[in-house]
Amino acid sequence: MVTDLNLELLTLMMRIRMVEEEIAREYPKGEMRCPTHLSIGQEAVPAALGLCVSIKDMAMSTHRGHAHYIGKGGNLKSMIAEIYGKSTGCSKGKGGSMHLIDNSVGFMGTSAIVGNSIPVGVGLALASKIRKTEQISCIFFGDGATEEGSYYESVNFAVVKKLPVLFLCENNLYSVYSPLNVRQPEGRKISTVAKAMGLGVDEVDGNNAIESFKSIESAVQRIQNNQGPQFIEFSTYRWLEHCGVNYDNDIGYRTEEEYLRWKKNDPISKLKDKLLQEKLISEVQIKEIIAKIEFEIKEAFAFAKESSFPENSEAYIGEYAI
Amino acid sequence: MQSNNREITFATAINEAIHETMAANDNVICYGLGVTDPKAVFDTTKNLEQKFGSERVFDMPTSENAMTGIAVGASLNGLIPLMTHQRLDFFLLAMDQLINSASKWHYMFGSQQSVPITIRLILGRGWGQGPTHSQNLQAWFAHMPGLKVVMPTTPEDAKGLLTASILDPNPVVFLEHRWLHNVKGFVPEGFYSKPIGKAKKVKSGIDVTIVTMSYMTIEALHAVEYLEKMGISCDVIDLLTIRPIDWDSIFNSVKVTGRILALDTGFTTGSVAGEIIARVSMDCFDFLKCKPSRLAMPDMPEPTSPALTKGFYVRASDIVIAVIQMLGKDFSMVKNDLPEPIPHDIPGDWFKGPF
Repeated sequence: MVTDLNLELLTLMMRIRMVEEEIAREYPKGEMRCPTHLSIGQEAVPAALGLCVSIKDMAMSTHRGHAHYIGKGGNLKSMIAEIYGKSTGCSKGKGGSMHLIDNSVGFMGTSAIVGNSIPVGVGLALASKIRKTEQISCIFFGDGATEEGSYYESVNFAVVKKLPVLFLCENNLYSVYSPLNVRQPEGRKISTVAKAMGLGVDEVDGNNAIESFKSIESAVQRIQNNQGPQFIEFSTYRWLEHCGVNYDNDIGYRTEEEYLRWKKNDPISKLKDKLLQEKLISEVQIKEIIAKIEFEIKEAFAFAKESSFPENSEAYIGEYAI
Repeated sequence: MQSNNREITFATAINEAIHETMAANDNVICYGLGVTDPKAVFDTTKNLEQKFGSERVFDMPTSENAMTGIAVGASLNGLIPLMTHQRLDFFLLAMDQLINSASKWHYMFGSQQSVPITIRLILGRGWGQGPTHSQNLQAWFAHMPGLKVVMPTTPEDAKGLLTASILDPNPVVFLEHRWLHNVKGFVPEGFYSKPIGKAKKVKSGIDVTIVTMSYMTIEALHAVEYLEKMGISCDVIDLLTIRPIDWDSIFNSVKVTGRILALDTGFTTGSVAGEIIARVSMDCFDFLKCKPSRLAMPDMPEPTSPALTKGFYVRASDIVIAVIQMLGKDFSMVKNDLPEPIPHDIPGDWFKGPF
């Protein structure tokens, strides 16, 4: 593992975190008028994936998609403008936070329906195989999606056709407010089921960016070596409420204790402390990184706020492609 | 060179359209349960795998929803998928991918990418298909912005419109009535396409406008033949496309006849026929000489037993009666002249079941 990679992972995770934090600060003003699902606490996996695969490789994501979009290299200004509903947004104001896209970096879209984007991601890989483009398709989803029929159907087909798909399951223990133990039998792991269906499988601490990177790197190699579709289960945790920008440990579906335990396992602090301890990075460097990201975020929000809203008539355009 | 000198069935016309479109465009792929099996979906997918190989033509897992999403994804990455389902009712498992993915993609991502997929669905009536093998749900699909819904009647239109559907940059639901598969008609050889969104006048007349679709067009033509003998002439408009509907053709006809009867193969409430009556009433009110009328399936599940389906289907005689009533004439002889065929639950002697 080269130092540069450590630094890139840390920087990308910080970038994701700081964007989400700025959204959380601005959201109460009521100018971002759409449901918004933040990824604070879950930055390691999107950063690791983004640094592992090339721009020609594709990714599909979910309602909680900001981190995946940024990780894959999506344009920040277009994302913020989209959340503000502006004509300069990545979906021209027609999608919002839950429908992000940046085809120029292989970020092919996100879906607001749980499990919905999984088959679409498998279809991308089918085309890649038939057209011999050698792209792999990376599909992000959560633990809740593994309860959907579309997940099993999609995995089955990917295995039957040996498609170049990387399934990335970020298990954050909750589907909205429903804990895993009321949704799936105790003792049965998501990765065990995935393995039984014929996927190559790994399990990793999704709050450890370096371990996540290694796991993804090795899965990508197996896909490229024609060993069929691969699956990684990442354990991680969502710090904020399911939808919105607040902490909600007080409402009673999970304990403050549990939250604090996971907060101690913060992917960013862990890597930062390690790099500081090993003297692979200095406090000064970190301050420089923060300043650079702050500038970029300021620019993106200014761009979004200054951009014009789409004309009202735009609502009635675009039903069909011509 | 096209020649019109041969008659082929609707099913063969479908098969030709797929062959010729796949030959013309290497990105077209074709899959669905049974497309490569010996029955070849009522012969409509015959010899495709032999000609284009198993990478482009393949059978699939029994996973209607994911396989629809897979078509969406494949289309986003350069392919043009054509899917086939032997019964529309099974495709209901795929509503999430049809409605939340396929129909929305182009609009919700700001017109950056479209989803050029075509989904062939076979629907029908009779032979005890019963509650869950007979549903004509074109109105559901027609309700949905972003979808195109095509529902041809003749072999010639079926071929041209399937070609157009496959090559259209948008998701198209292509509906084939099982009772039409063996209907023969003149069909040009070679590759051609017909415009989606254009209805066809299949009969010209001045007394009543009959707007129809798919198999109901056959019943309408029988009705019109009978009415002609009574000196009543009808303008018969075969919709061909259910979304977007060719309103101009309908309105122009109603402005001449002043009377409209809308036919539908689906349930009555919320039907396409209901939408046509609503729009005609609103946009052509001043031209109407009498109240509009519609004939569709009863608002009940279709039963299975042949005893229960007697009189259940809309037939030529019902159409004749509806037209005559609009003109205020006597219709007492119609049921005698046009009795329900025996047996009543098959399209003709060629149909021996089982589905």
